[in-house]
Order: sequence, then structure tokens, then C-alpha cells
Amino acid sequence: MGSVTCNPLAPPSTHLLLNPSKIPKFCHSRRQLHGSQRASKIIAYYGLKTPPYKLDALEPYMSKRTLEVHWGELHRGYVEGLNKHLAKDDVLYGYTLDELVKVSYNSGNPLPVFNNAVQVWNHDFFWESMQPGGGDIPKYGVLEQIEKDFGSFTNFKEKFIGAALTLFGSGYVWLVLKREERRLAVVKTSNAINPLVWNDIPIISLDMWEHAYYLDYKNDKGTYANVFMNHLVSWNAAMSRMARAEAFVNLGEPKIPIA
Amino acid sequence: MALRSLAIRKAIGLGKSVGLGLRGLQTVTLPDLPYDYSALEPAISGEIMQLHHQKHHQAYVTNYNKAVEQLFQALNKVDTSTVVQLQGAIKFNGGGHVNHSIFWKNLAPVHEGGGEPPHSSLGWAIDTHFGSLEALIQKMSAEGAALQGSGWVVSTVVGFKSLQLFHHCCCHCLYVSANVHLCILFFASLHASFWQWLGLDTEFKRLVVETTANQDPLVTKAPTLVPLLGIDVWEHAYYLQYKNVKPDYLKNIWNVMNWKYASDVYQKECP
Repeated sequence: MGSVTCNPLAPPSTHLLLNPSKIPKFCHSRRQLHGSQRASKIIAYYGLKTPPYKLDALEPYMSKRTLEVHWGELHRGYVEGLNKHLAKDDVLYGYTLDELVKVSYNSGNPLPVFNNAVQVWNHDFFWESMQPGGGDIPKYGVLEQIEKDFGSFTNFKEKFIGAALTLFGSGYVWLVLKREERRLAVVKTSNAINPLVWNDIPIISLDMWEHAYYLDYKNDKGTYANVFMNHLVSWNAAMSRMARAEAFVNLGEPKIPIA
Repeated sequence: MALRSLAIRKAIGLGKSVGLGLRGLQTVTLPDLPYDYSALEPAISGEIMQLHHQKHHQAYVTNYNKAVEQLFQALNKVDTSTVVQLQGAIKFNGGGHVNHSIFWKNLAPVHEGGGEPPHSSLGWAIDTHFGSLEALIQKMSAEGAALQGSGWVVSTVVGFKSLQLFHHCCCHCLYVSANVHLCILFFASLHASFWQWLGLDTEFKRLVVETTANQDPLVTKAPTLVPLLGIDVWEHAYYLQYKNVKPDYLKNIWNVMNWKYASDVYQKECP
């Protein structure tokens, strides 16, 4: 484990970011103040990120009212809850949100801050997984990879919507890039679990909690999932996330020239 | 607790005759509500009641019947892996049907006694175990609000120990019993869909407050538990009216709570 000792106050140094599995274990050892005392109390850590479009831009597929309530109240509530946790506990300060999610997941025995942290992450990701005039089909590398891993785009779409409809209770449906298997997959998670905790890289997500669609579609999950695929999903966002993911996962065989 | 197998038999989905399938397979039917959809206003809106009953509960009934039909066929063919694979759908949809059938009976319009506090033996048992009715309501509402997500909250106090550590799917609760019912809840819970219950442990004759995830019936917590009252804390139960303000829902629902039903069940189990 190299230089990693159980020093809860030291946020992981940059080089560890390249190897996420080496994030130092979250441990409650005795608190020691590093360096000088902070002169003033830090009040806020995370802000509520606005979606990259106006709240009415997703009409008629996702109403302004839904955005106002889902983003403006619920997502905001999670951010405020997260900040409250961080205000109480110096140990948590210094992690990026990704790291905080992984660390507070604590291998399946999550810490109290996990729920708020992961839901902030999930919702930031979800808003960015959609765009006005979304839907249609992806292009270039994303499409190639989907066709390679699912056979065809239609097959992938069926799998994705099928997962949304067979989710029992609340949860999310994800298109993830699996790190170990080096391929794309459709994954459904319960409640607020995020594929980051298994070290995979999310590419697209669909929020299947009832609050995400109830105001617009009542209990009609099928229409909601189809509308998401046909009109909302942002393949542009997927493309940039895939491009970043390829820095961590080698998807192709290296082309070594002969002789 | 016999189900009212009346009326609304929309789309049982199998085209079979009343209740009895071709091979003697019993199907379940959507029970009728004992009151109008709008009768529980303003605590629960008519729109929610109608959707909840006609869409959600009906879907559980339909899908449960489908799953059971498939199970029947798989059992006949001795297709064990399909039998096992169907368990998820049966638990979810069957549980949804069981829970909602109880739920409709748990509620009553104000003019039919909804909200009227329990008397006689149940009232006495509540005062003994929780201190007062207000304390019980406070406890159940607090638990319901704390859990993030969907599920049912049931009341469970396994009384006489002074400190009891419960590990319940990622949450840790410390109960301090006796005179002051102080409940310190450290919820790292990820529960999104759940039910809140007031139940009776028939073995120890004690009242319990419990939560169950998704559509799990109370009996999955322990076979000796009998539900007295259940609160549906899935978002579909309140979202259209209360949006994210779940605590208001959990406060107002007590105004239409049918304590008479709970008393009847209690007296039957503890005569």
C-alpha cells in the first residue's frame, strides 16, 4: 500500500487518483490537527450545480415543475444535508465528491454521509445525462462500442428500458463501462447505489425513483423510460464521459506494427 | 384477515373465470375500497387514492397472478431454475398486494372514525409500551421521515431489555426502553421504498414498530409478527400532493387512521 498510512486527515494525494482502489481507508483514529489551526470556520463545501439547460428546456418530456421540485428542492436538500455532515466532521473535508462516495460507501457498510453524498453525485450526473433535443442515436466511438458490446443499438435500448421496467422499488439504471471486463454494460442499482462503488465508470444514468417521473407520468414507467431514450438522453455527454473513461480503461488491442 | 374479493376485476390478465383458473389455480383480485376515493381528503387527495388503488395496487395484482401462473407451469415441468427466478416477482407483487390490502383497511374517513384514538386493550398496550399515543405517533413519523427512499415502517419494540442494538440493512438503532422511550437512530440507510408498521409480536404479546423494504410484508421480519397498522411510504403514496415534504404526509395520515381496525386485530390476537 506504499505510502498510505492510517492518517484520516490527509486527503489522498494526486498520484493516488490514478489508482482509485488505493484511496486510504476511512478510519476513526484520534484526531490530530495538521499544521496550524484554521482561523475561521468553513461553512459550505458543496454548492448546488445547476443543470446545463433552463428548467423548462426539457418540456414536454420532463416538465419545468418536475425540475423545480426534483432539482430545486430534493437535490438542493441533499446538498444541504451533505454540507451539514461536512460541517460536523473535519475528517471528511478534502475529498472530491467521487472519492467521498467511494470512501463513505465503506465496502457495503455505508457511513451516514454516504446517502447525501451519493445522491448529490447521482443527481449532478443525471441532469448532465440529459439535454434538450436529446435522444436519437450516438455516433462514432460510443456507437461502435455499443454495437460491439450489445450487438446493436436497438438491443442495447431494449436492455436499458427492460432494466428500468424490472427494477423493484427505487433505483437507477446505468450504462457503465466496466473496468475489469473492459466493456459496456447495462446495470440497475437499488436506491442510491452508484457503480462508482464497484470501481466502474458510469456513462449514462436514468433516475427511476418515483419522484423523477411521477408528476409527469404518474405510474407509467414504460412511457417515461421510452421518452428518456428517445428524447432526453444526451449522447454528447456520453461521448465526453467515454473519452475520459478511455484514459483509464484500455478498450482496444494496441496496434503494434509488425517489423 | 379475509380479503374482500369483490368488484373491480379489471384485467386480471388471464381471461380466466372468477377466482378459479383452468387448473384450479386461485388468482387474487383487487379488493374494493370501503370508501370513496375523495373520502380521505385533505389528508390524502382523491387523485392519489385513485391512482394508488386503480393503477399501483391493480398492477401488483395483475403481475402477481402472472407470476403465479408461470410458477405453476414451472413447478409442473419441474423447471427448478425458473421456480427460483420467479421468487423475486412473487415477493414483490404478492407483498404489494398483501400490504395494500391491509393499507386500505387501515384508513377511514373522519366521519367514519378515522383519526379517533384507540381505546380499550390496544390503547392500554400503547400507553404501556410507548408512554402515550403521541409518543408512538412521534416515533413512527420520525422513523418514516428519516428513511430515505421507499418502504413500509412498522412499529417494533422488543421491550424489556434496556439496550437493544438492531442491525437493519445498514442502519443502527439504539433503543432505550422503560419509562422514557428515547430512540436514537443512526441511519446510514439507503432505503428508498419502504413501509412503516405498527405490529404485534404474537409470541411475546408486545407491540412493535418496524420498517420493511420495498413491498416486503411484515411477516418477513419475523413469522410471529401481525400487522396492526401500515403506512405506505413509497413516493407514489404522497408525492402528487406533498411533493418532497414527506413529514407532512406522515403527520396528516394520522387524521385518517382507522384505529378500530387495529384494535379489532389486536383483540383477536390478545383476547
